[in-house]
Formats: sequence, structure tokens, C-alpha cells
Amino acid sequence: MERREFLKKILKWIFILIGGGLVLRLLSVIRRKPAPIGSIYENYDPTEHYYAMGIDIEKCIGCGRCAAACKIENNVPKEPYFFRTWVERYIITVDGETFVDSPNGGIDGFPPLGSEKEILRSFFVPKLCNHCDNPPCVQVCPVGATYKTIDGVILVDSKYCIGCRYCIQACPYGARFLHPKTRTAEKCTFCYHRITKGLKPACVEVCPTQARIFGEVKPRNNPLARFVRMHKIRVLKPSLNTEPKVYYANLDKEVT
Amino acid sequence: MEKLLEQLALALKEVTGYIYPNEIELHWGLLIVIYPYITGLVAGAFILASLVKVFNVKEVAPTYRLSLLTALAFLLCAPLPLLAHLGHPERSFEIFLTPHFSSAMAMFGFVYAWYLLVVLLLEIWFEYRKSFVIWSRTEKGLKKILYYIFTLGSMDISDEAVEFDHKAAKFITVIGIPSAFLLHGYVGFIFGSVKANPWWSSVLMPIVFLFSAMVSGIALVLFLYYIITLIRGEKIDMKCMDKLASYLLYAMILDFSLEALDFIHRVYESEESIKILSKLLFSKLFVSLLIIQVLLGTLIPMGLIAWTKIIKLPSELRRVIYFISAFLVQVGIFTTRWNVVIGGQLFSKSLKGLMTYKVELMGTEGLLVGIFLLLLPFIILYILLKLLPPWKEEAEPVKESKEAHV
Amino acid sequence: MPQQVKRLIVVFVALILVFFVIRSFLVPPTFGEYGHYRASSVKEILSQNIKYAGEVVCEECHDDIVEIKSGSYHKRLSCETCHGPAYEHSQAPDEYTPYIPSKRDYCSLCHGYNPSRPTGFPQIDPVKHNPLRPCIKCHNPHDPTPPEVPKECKGCHEEIYRTKILSPHALLNCTECHKAPEEHKINPRAFRPTKPSSRKFCGKCHSKEAKVSEEIPRVDIIYHGYGNLCWECHYPHFPEAHTTKKE
Repeated sequence: MERREFLKKILKWIFILIGGGLVLRLLSVIRRKPAPIGSIYENYDPTEHYYAMGIDIEKCIGCGRCAAACKIENNVPKEPYFFRTWVERYIITVDGETFVDSPNGGIDGFPPLGSEKEILRSFFVPKLCNHCDNPPCVQVCPVGATYKTIDGVILVDSKYCIGCRYCIQACPYGARFLHPKTRTAEKCTFCYHRITKGLKPACVEVCPTQARIFGEVKPRNNPLARFVRMHKIRVLKPSLNTEPKVYYANLDKEVT
Repeated sequence: MEKLLEQLALALKEVTGYIYPNEIELHWGLLIVIYPYITGLVAGAFILASLVKVFNVKEVAPTYRLSLLTALAFLLCAPLPLLAHLGHPERSFEIFLTPHFSSAMAMFGFVYAWYLLVVLLLEIWFEYRKSFVIWSRTEKGLKKILYYIFTLGSMDISDEAVEFDHKAAKFITVIGIPSAFLLHGYVGFIFGSVKANPWWSSVLMPIVFLFSAMVSGIALVLFLYYIITLIRGEKIDMKCMDKLASYLLYAMILDFSLEALDFIHRVYESEESIKILSKLLFSKLFVSLLIIQVLLGTLIPMGLIAWTKIIKLPSELRRVIYFISAFLVQVGIFTTRWNVVIGGQLFSKSLKGLMTYKVELMGTEGLLVGIFLLLLPFIILYILLKLLPPWKEEAEPVKESKEAHV
Repeated sequence: MPQQVKRLIVVFVALILVFFVIRSFLVPPTFGEYGHYRASSVKEILSQNIKYAGEVVCEECHDDIVEIKSGSYHKRLSCETCHGPAYEHSQAPDEYTPYIPSKRDYCSLCHGYNPSRPTGFPQIDPVKHNPLRPCIKCHNPHDPTPPEVPKECKGCHEEIYRTKILSPHALLNCTECHKAPEEHKINPRAFRPTKPSSRKFCGKCHSKEAKVSEEIPRVDIIYHGYGNLCWECHYPHFPEAHTTKKE
């Protein structure tokens, strides 16, 4: 009987020790302080920036260099089913019909019009992730694998993404795809690795007509400030209140 | 990966109109059709069980334990199709570790844990606790140990304790009804809250899901009760069958009205998406929605059951009619899920084109896995029925079920 | 409290505790520091390799070419638009050579005629424009001003030319309505061609009194479309936009 009591006592103390240790562990996790921003960004302060892009439809010649450069810069799969940016061609005929196409995202150029119908107007529309200020994709990600950075760019953590594809469903712009090899969601990053080093995104760098302008929302001297001052601006699907940060000048009503 | 690319190349040829280039791959396939179908059965079966406990519907008492076990068997399988469809199933635990509170999907962990641990398992535990104690004394070998573990060492089966169990079970059922609503309403919310998709984005979606869940759950229990009683060679309790059929009819009327309301509302508001949606309805979804879901899965079974209510038919015929109706309802509800999940991905978000979806046979998201996932709950149910027989009475039989059998 | 409830509480408390302990070990260390995400993933994304160096880098060595280019029509074109990604070349110039496009199809990605392109962008018909000769035989891509002054207007105004040849005005020369000073061919923006300014101008052919062919449509030049100038309703390069195409 005494031995039993003794064992019970020892067991009790073991439990208390383990339990106490675990409680301390939990407390240490809760109280942890965040690492300084400098440990993530080198020589760059994200709090001083807030990025956006401008696209002038009047200037786009549909050469598709932006989509080609994006695939090279970001190792996007070459197959024509995966794009971080692409160019659409709109053809509105005299009888009011709208034809849209984007063969291989516009990378190989656009073939002559197949339609016999007379054209009323026609133009190109470059598309990419809108880096929404109210991003539905970030809202629905169940694990926090897609997020908005301090400087307003929407990124995907490919090591944390579980591949549930809810974000792809939630994006109204078709800007996301599932990378066929990594099986994680992927999309435009505004070339985050470039812009944080003072370079332009690859698509903006190669655009021959400056149809794409990269800059910042904050009122400071930058190309986008001039762009939004000189043009009337529209965004895609404004009724969804996603507050896109890709601003279009001279956008047509047929564009969806 | 080559196989995927081949599929996409084929799918690209089937596109009509314009779709965004990234939209060629359809992301939520057969498995995501199965997921709401299964959770719907869970919620429906539980709500049926609650009729006995909370609303004192004596007629359906013979199905009480069966309903609970059916709900449990299907709930255990509910996460499997989700898991199998993930790009990285090995990371799925992150949903429990760092749930993103703004995401409807992240709530899965909470809703599921709550429903499984707090509602279903607890109710079954209180319902069966007395039996566990008795079985842990009468059974032998491994089963004895298993039953002892199930009792959690709580061996008190005095009248007072058993009375407490009954009260507790009733209390949990009361919590369980809103929880069942939550479980399936939440699944509807996953789709209904996607503002990017006009086919899904509807405030009625959770409610429609809920009532279709009740329809499918009641139909399934009716179906199982009929088959199990036949197999066991016992007499079918026609009163119980009639009552189940009535509830099935009521649930179907509600469900159909809500769906009709949703449809009329869409047509009347005639928003930007109406053109592409009507194209979708009359081309890609014509057979699965208008023929199977509405005609075969709703109108015909509703008509059949209503017929038995209007004209007195011999019980043999009624039985067969109920059985056929229950089967048709299952097919109907499955295509309902199909039309929501797949239908919502067959048109482009540019509202300018339609895509196609073909179920593949092999592969983790293929037909074989789908069939296996649909059969698995029945296998689990078989094991549960062996382990926790709903009809096996202990020394003193449970009062309600005895009355109902007579 | 009944015994069974006590047991349940023990089981549930144990489950919850185990969950939180496991959680504390498995959640990535930097998660949640700046928002609901793994802060260190930003670092991973930042470490992605750069492929396009940016024009400033090219200028450091190729200042002669940049100099030529900066005075040309291609002045705002980035080097890497044509030469492809050159970051590796900038790091190890001898090991990596950038791409040099030399075929006609590359130039025609931008300059091949396409009716969807904005008006005024210089375009040629790759089939008819000096067929089979590489573009770089006549045009220096770093200063692509045409080697000879274009003889015809369509050299630059292909879009208008294409429209006009399908219209009832196909046989009218551009100079019939526009007087272009010779300097316009060299310095197009500084010396602009003239444009008609009154209804009378169109009336030379289209008024009831005009002494021209019977087949030319006639209107009452004073009251037809009263208050508007002719080109406010008719596009002179394709006067009746809604008539069917004559091919």
C-alpha cells in the first residue's frame, strides 16, 4: 500500500513537471517578439512604398513581349495554359458582336482576323494580377499562404500553400493558376524580387511603347503619379469592390 | 505532368467563346462534388435523429440510432475527398495550426471538430454508454477491452446516471440541430460567398444546401432502414416508413421552392452574367440539371410520394414507391452538387465562353477514387453496426424503441 | 457532478492541451509576425534570380549604341525587348551572349500590319514590303528611320491606306485633301499636313451643283446634316462606315 502511494506521488510530480513545462512553452510562443524588418528586407524599407501599375490601352500594340518576358523572368511553365500576364485582343464588329482571343497569351503575336465581319473597333488589353487592395484571394486562403505585403503586393508562399485552389476560384480576373509541378497556386508578383531592388517589373521593362507604367499609389514623384494625373482611369470589374491596383486608361466597356 | 498537359490540350479544343488562358484547367472536380454530398448526408441524417429526441416523433424512433451511426460513418469520410484533391495533402494540418479566420474554408477545422467531437460522438456516447458498460461485462476478448475503453472508465449505470445520460443526449441534440445547420450551411457558404463566380454567389446558397441536405439525409436513412430490415429478415415498420416519407416530401417541397426562388430571382434581376448562365443551362447542364436534377431527382419522387398521400395504396406498393423515390432523390441530390460545383466552373469569369469537364478514370481525382470514397462510408457503417448494433438490446431494452417496435 | 461528465472533461482538456502543444511546435517560427503569413517566405521570394538586367546596366558598356538609340524612334525601347534577358551577360559578358534577332518575323511582331493596333503606329505588310529581305538590311534597328524618305504616305499611314482602298474614296490621292510640306517626311510632328476645314470642301464633289460624275452621291450641302461638319458624321477615309465591304 505504501509503495503504491509513493508511486502515485512520483507520477503526480512527473505530470506537474511536464504540464508546467508545456505551459511555459505555450507562453514563450505567445510572447515572442517579431523579427525586425531588416532581417527580411535588405536595404529596403517596405513601409515607404505602395505599388500599383498603369496600363494605357491606346498604346498597346499587342506584340506580347510582356507575356514572353514574364515567362522567362519568373520561370513560368512554357505551355499555353499558365500565364502570370497575357494580352487579349478585342474585336467589336459593326453588328455589335464582340470576339476576344489570346492565342498563347499573345506571345507569338496575333494571327490575321478569321472573321469576315466588318470591324467597328479593335484593340489589345494586357492583363495580370490586379494586386487588389481588397483581395478576395487572400480573404479565402485557409492557411495564410497568400498574403498582402506591407507595400501592397499580393504574394504566394509556395512552401506553405496546400493546393486547395480556393484562391483560384475566388479571383475574378483569372490571374491565378496551379503550377503543374509544384502543385501550388501561382501568379504575378509585380516581380517583387526586382522592384525591391529598384528595377522595373520585367513586363514593364520590355514594353516597347510604354503601355505599361509601374509606380506607386502614394503621391510622390513617380511615373504612375503622372499617369493617373493625365488619364481617366478605370479598373476591371469595379462592382466587385476588389479595389484593383492595376489602373487602365482608355479601357473599353466590352472588356471584362 | 505530361498527362495533365495532354488533358489541357484536349480541353482547349472544346472551349467555345473566350476564356481567360488560365481557366482551361478545371480545379474542383469530382471529389469536390462528393464532399458536399457526403456532408449533406451527415447533416440530414442527424436532423432526422433529432426529430426523435427533440420533437418526440415516436414513429421514426426505430431509425434513431441508425441515423446517428449513418451520420458518424459519413462524417468520418467527409474530409477524405478534400484531402485527396489537395495539391499538398501532407500540408493539410496547417488548416488546424494557422486557420485564417477570414476564410470560409479555414472554418472547416473548427466546424468539423465541433461537430464530430462535441455533437456526434458525445451524443452517441451518452446514447450508448449504458450499453457499453453492459457489453464490457458480457462480451469477451478484444471486444470487451474495446467496450471498456469506450466507457472511459465511467461504469455507473444506476437509474440516476442513465437518466442523466438521456437528458444529456437530449441537450446535445438541441445543440446539434444548429450545429448540423452550421455544418452544411457552412459548406454552402464556401460556394455562396465567392463573389467572383455569379453561379455560386448567392445568399440562398447555404439555405439551399441545408434543405437539400435534409432531403438527402432522410432519403438515405429511409433507404438504409429498408435494406437493413430486409437483410435482417425483420418486419418493416410501415408507420415509420410512412412518417419518413412524409418528412422527405416536406423537405423536398421546401428545397424545391427555395431553388425555384433562386432561379426566378436570377432571371428577374437579369444581371450581367445572365446570358452566359442561360447558355450554360441549355447546353452543358441541360441533362444534368433540367432532366436529372429537376425531373428525375425532384418532380418524379415528389409526385410519387404525394400520390401515396392522396390515394390509399397497399403497404407493399408504398414500400416500393418509397424505395424508388429515395433512390431517385439520392441521384438527384448528387447531380445537384455536381451542377453547383462543376457547373460553376464550366463558364469563364470573363462571361464570354464555356469550358468542359471530363472525369478521368484513374488518378487521385478520378472516377475510381470517387466510387471508393462513396462506398467507404457504407463499409464504416457496416463496422459501426457490428460494433454498436442499434437493435441489440441489453438486459433491459431501451424504452422508446421497444414501444415503437410493437 | 456525475462521474461520466468528469471523465469527459478530462478527455477534452487533454485533447485541447495536446493540440496546443503540437501546434506550438509545428507553426513556422516567423508566422504571423507582419500579418497572417510566414514572414520568411518574403525572403524566399526576394531571393529569386533576376533575368532582365534593366537598361541602365546596358548603358555602362554599350554607351555608343545607347547614344545612337537615344536619338531614334526606338529611343524608349529597352535593349532587352529585342535582345532578351541579359542579366547573366552583364555579370559575365564573355560567357553569355544575348540574343540578336535577325529574322523578319521578329520585327513584324510589332511592325506587321494588324488592324487592332493603335492608329499611327508604323506598320508594314510583311508579305508585300520588300519580301524575303531581312529588315536589318535596310533598317538599323538602333536607329530605324527609313533609309529613304518614304515616297508614299502609306509608308507611315498604313492603317489609313488600308481603310481607304476599301472605301468609295479609294481612287482619291491623299494630296487631294491634305497638303503635306516636304519637311513632314523628315520631321512628321513639327510639320503637319493640312486638313479640310469647311463643308464647302466636300461640296466640291458632293453638292448638287458640283460638276462631277453622276455616280457620286449628292446632298444639299447647306441643309443635309445641318449644323455639323461633314467629318463629324462621315469618316472621310471610309465615308459610309456601314455600307457593305466591296472587295
